[in-house]
Amino acid sequence: MNENNALTEAVYYILLSLTKPLHGYGIMQNICSLSNGRINLAAGTLYGALTTMLERGWIIAVDCDNNSRKKEYEITSAGNAVLKKELARLNELAANGEKILGGAK
Amino acid sequence: MRYTVHKLFAAWDFEKEEQWLNEMSAKGLELVSIGWCKYIFKDGNKNEYKYRIELLENLPAHAESISYIRFLEDMGIEHIGSFFRWVYFRKKTQDGDFDIYSDIDSKIKHYRRISVFVGILGLANLMPAISNAINYFNNDFMRGFPIFILNGVVAVTLITGYFILLNKIIKLKKDKQLYE
Repeated sequence: MNENNALTEAVYYILLSLTKPLHGYGIMQNICSLSNGRINLAAGTLYGALTTMLERGWIIAVDCDNNSRKKEYEITSAGNAVLKKELARLNELAANGEKILGGAK
Repeated sequence: MRYTVHKLFAAWDFEKEEQWLNEMSAKGLELVSIGWCKYIFKDGNKNEYKYRIELLENLPAHAESISYIRFLEDMGIEHIGSFFRWVYFRKKTQDGDFDIYSDIDSKIKHYRRISVFVGILGLANLMPAISNAINYFNNDFMRGFPIFILNGVVAVTLITGYFILLNKIIKLKKDKQLYE
């Protein structure tokens, strides 16, 4: 897969949510609040994204000591690198947008 | 009190089935158990639950399915029953909107899974339809009821269903040109 491909906004926000360990429900809530209610990540979509990211080594599963059922996830250094690259891409998009549309609100 | 309803929905009409379950829920009838073409409801509060149906890649007892269903349960989605690879989920209406997939790719993947299921069944009926037709017209076995007609009707229905699903996939793929 080409490393210059854009992430989906769901994956971007999931990675952003996992800088500290968080479980599935927490990720969903965090994304909802980060996006001011705009994004309501569905459970099946979240599951698929987490599974793929685990396979790629962008996140790891962390065993939660008190409740063994609620698995938590955390970003890895590989995931961090992907995130930084994506932020740079988004900044490029936003900067060009501001320049051309020129702050017309 | 429990009510049993017998109703047949085609695989490609699973969304109509979801809609029907949600209409029953709005009337205060909660789905609690399912079987083939069989739905068992119990009295409950009106519109307490919203229902969704999914065709899994594997049987519910498979390790991957178990992991998936468990994950959904942690997100407040209850697994109320299964039939073959079909699983029935419900979530409390007060918890907000209920969709299993919110991205186009997953929706396409699900439709495709169902279309493969339907397509294989269609072909599985087309073969005997053709061979029985040949037998019938060669007067080999079936001198009585032309069973190939039955096979044929089932095959055509399933193949039509396959194309209905294909159409849904094409529409979503068009959306994908513009959106995630």
